[in-house]
Amino acid sequence: MAEAKEQPRIGVFICHCGTNIAGSLSIEEVKEYAMTLPGVVAAEEYQYMCSTPGQSLIADAIAEHKLNGVVVAACSPRLHEPTFRTATQEGGLNKFRFEMANIRDQNSWVHMHDWEGATSKAKDQVRIAVAKARLLEDLEPKSVPVEHAALVLGAGVGGMQAALDLASAGIKTYLVDKDPTVGGRMSQLDKTFPTLDCSQCILTPKMVDVGRHPNIELRTFTEVENVEGYIGNFTITLRKKARGVLSPAEAEERGIVGGGCNGCGDCSEVCPVIKPNPFELGMAPRKAIYIYHPQVNPLLYTIDFDSCVKCGLCVTACGEEKKAIDLDMVDTFEQVKVGTCILAIGYDLIPIEEKTEWGYKRYDNVITGLEFERLICASGPTGGKLIRPSDGQIPKKIGFVLCAGSRDNTGGVAKPYCSRFCCMYSLKHAHQIMEKIPGAVPYIFYMDIRSFGKMYEEFYYRIQNEGAKFIRGRVANILEDPSSKNLTVFTEDTLLGRPLSLEMDMVVLAAAIQPKPEAERIRQMFGVSKSQDGWLLEAHPKLNPCGTTTAGIYLAGVCQGPKDIPDTVAQAEGAASAASIPIHTGEVQLEPYFAQCVDELCAGCGMCVNLCPYGALALVEKNGRTVMEVTEAKCKGCGTCGGFCPGGAIKMQHFTSPQICAQIDAFLLEGGEQ
Amino acid sequence: MADENWNPKIIAIICNWCSYAGADLAGGARIQYPPDIRAIRVMCTGRVDPLFIMKAFQDGADGMLISGCHFGDCHYLEGNYKCAKRMFLVKNVLKNIGLNDKRLRMTFVSASEGAKWGMVMEDVVKTVKELGPSPLSEYQK
Ligand SMILES: Cc1cc2nc3c(=O)[nH]c(=O)nc-3n(C[C@H](O)[C@H](O)[C@H](O)COP(=O)(O)OP(=O)(O)OC[C@H]3O[C@@H](n4cnc5c(N)ncnc54)[C@H](O)[C@@H]3O)c2cc1C
Ligand code: SF4
Ligand code: SF4
Ligand code: FES
Repeated sequence: MAEAKEQPRIGVFICHCGTNIAGSLSIEEVKEYAMTLPGVVAAEEYQYMCSTPGQSLIADAIAEHKLNGVVVAACSPRLHEPTFRTATQEGGLNKFRFEMANIRDQNSWVHMHDWEGATSKAKDQVRIAVAKARLLEDLEPKSVPVEHAALVLGAGVGGMQAALDLASAGIKTYLVDKDPTVGGRMSQLDKTFPTLDCSQCILTPKMVDVGRHPNIELRTFTEVENVEGYIGNFTITLRKKARGVLSPAEAEERGIVGGGCNGCGDCSEVCPVIKPNPFELGMAPRKAIYIYHPQVNPLLYTIDFDSCVKCGLCVTACGEEKKAIDLDMVDTFEQVKVGTCILAIGYDLIPIEEKTEWGYKRYDNVITGLEFERLICASGPTGGKLIRPSDGQIPKKIGFVLCAGSRDNTGGVAKPYCSRFCCMYSLKHAHQIMEKIPGAVPYIFYMDIRSFGKMYEEFYYRIQNEGAKFIRGRVANILEDPSSKNLTVFTEDTLLGRPLSLEMDMVVLAAAIQPKPEAERIRQMFGVSKSQDGWLLEAHPKLNPCGTTTAGIYLAGVCQGPKDIPDTVAQAEGAASAASIPIHTGEVQLEPYFAQCVDELCAGCGMCVNLCPYGALALVEKNGRTVMEVTEAKCKGCGTCGGFCPGGAIKMQHFTSPQICAQIDAFLLEGGEQ
Repeated sequence: MADENWNPKIIAIICNWCSYAGADLAGGARIQYPPDIRAIRVMCTGRVDPLFIMKAFQDGADGMLISGCHFGDCHYLEGNYKCAKRMFLVKNVLKNIGLNDKRLRMTFVSASEGAKWGMVMEDVVKTVKELGPSPLSEYQK
């Protein structure tokens, strides 16, 4: 500060972005105008500023005109600020001597038919940016070390794949799932399209691997309680829900050597409480002490304390040697430190009963696709025999209602989007009934068949050739015959242009999917936005589909938007790769937008201390006075303290009050300074 | 009623994570709105010092918009709550000095609400046009 105030020497670089900008406003006028602004010593225009020649143009101009500030008028800083900061640095300036005027996303694209308005706005935007550039200062990014560990939330196929990749890359990975077992939705499926592999057969190796991998710390029946920190240094509090059953390791910790649950199931045999099994979608019973299905991992029983009557029969059955059951177990908490996190929390079906026209939950023989999977699965409640819930008879004419609640703009529980895998799994279901039930005929009611993937269209032809009937039309409603429990499906055959009603033995609804209700809490904890339709929002739909706007948090699988297993796994591998980069680099650079206390102005009132959401501020004694002090490692640079300090004693780096006031003045006083 | 050809001077301070991203999204989707508003980017609406607002009106702004993340979505947990609280205070001050407090507006636009950003732009311009030039802008002449 002691050095003489340097004279501003600003260069303004205006991008045409092809015709994206140049087609809607006058680059020439903006350039001429820029040259008239105080402090501007050079103004250039170029077709594509972000191209290599464009960037060299900036670097060269810095040297040629001895610039000490750079303004690029182009697209959004959220897209290209890093690019131009690098160019600024290459020209020999500190990279924070750069400011951007967003004349594309927030001008030429939104005022396409207002040449005058857009041109005059662009001039103002450049003037505002130049005003800030005149006051920019050199800053140094802060490097922080990255914890050599990651956390993956959700252990469906996506989460498991991500965890396995991270672990195999040498990173300690916490794999957390709220359910008592890993596996997610895929373990509820029977076969998978278009290959018709058995779902469990291809999934169980992964389920076993995540349990065995030396770098994976599996935390099932566990939820995230709290998230603190930032990329490289997240501290995550996990709530391990009381399972009522000790694993062999936990038993050993309690001094019960050789004890703990071995999965024998003796407890469940004697348990008197019977409840519906959510894994079987309520179509099979389970006891209060249960496992979801035989392939669970970890193979540990779990007590549902909501229904347990604490009779203690299971404790006796388990016996003195294993001593695995603790009916008084309580939730425990654990803090883990990780560098990056991947969210892979999957999806739910919409409550399709709320689309009352199809009678789900009112008519016995209307089921969902997911229930179909359990009924047709050899390990399911009926041993793989597809039967009508009403009378146990084998259905022959089975209707499949596609887009049940998807691509539907009627509101309520319906979703405007395509759920992406229902067409394909319904084709798979059609194949399965034709294979298993002699003489069975599937009737597929569809709007379009979306068989977009590799070998998917071929699968569609195959099902057509096998004899499935396709009727193009939305199903208006379904009525049940109260005595036979048969169902009449009313639709319009839009290819023949006539209304149609068909009697079916059973109807399967390809229900739309939606984000998990708890996704809202999860995303707020991790600082992730949501899309309009509620799915977790990626940083960029095309260029950063696994990242989020919070550095260090990545997305995998359906929680980001509907996708099938191949796409889920591919995204999970992408997310794992992205999440491993900061960890392998070992350090990340944080933008130095920290708060700083100007001791001479600080009155030591302490108002700011309580405002900081991260506890970064404290009052200290300095030279006999009480003043505020910032712990940079904790400050995230929101500026909430700086927006409040009554004495203006808090300097927010790169967003200082003089800079912001200069921007305001520049716009409103048209450059005339106050 | 305001003159049809009068272009109000409206300044917006918007947060990087939600509203700025939402405004960019409106651009990507080519949603068209009136060009009267100039936006200044800050990391969070928590940064908005009441001084900035007073300065803008003193400089003759006809309207001002502060836009951030929805409650619960702030990238820094609660900067938007703290900003919203300050808004009540500033609106009171504006009323006390004889300015219609409708000239100052706070909105919450998320990164996925491009269409909403367009609507906010339309609406803010319409409101300010109905109110006419700020009585304080006289002093700037
Ligand atoms: C009827 C039906 C048939 C299908 N058939 C096929 C097919 O044949 N082929 C195909 O490719 N795809 C098929 N799919 C799609 C397939 O189910 C998904 O692509 C896949 O399951 C997505 O995996 P995921 O890991 O993203 O989510 P999920 O499988 O839903 O896993 C998410 C995991 O996260 C956990 N979790 C959720 N919330 C939390 C939380 N708050 N804290 C901790 N953990 C949490 C869950 O317990 C779960 O284990 C079908 C879907 C349905 C409905
Ligand atoms: S104590 Fe609970 S879990 Fe154990 S047998 Fe009795 S009801 Fe079942
Ligand atoms: S800018 Fe201020 S309030 Fe925000 S994190 Fe830093 S110290 Fe805390
Ligand atoms: S980051 Fe958007 S309001 Fe705080």
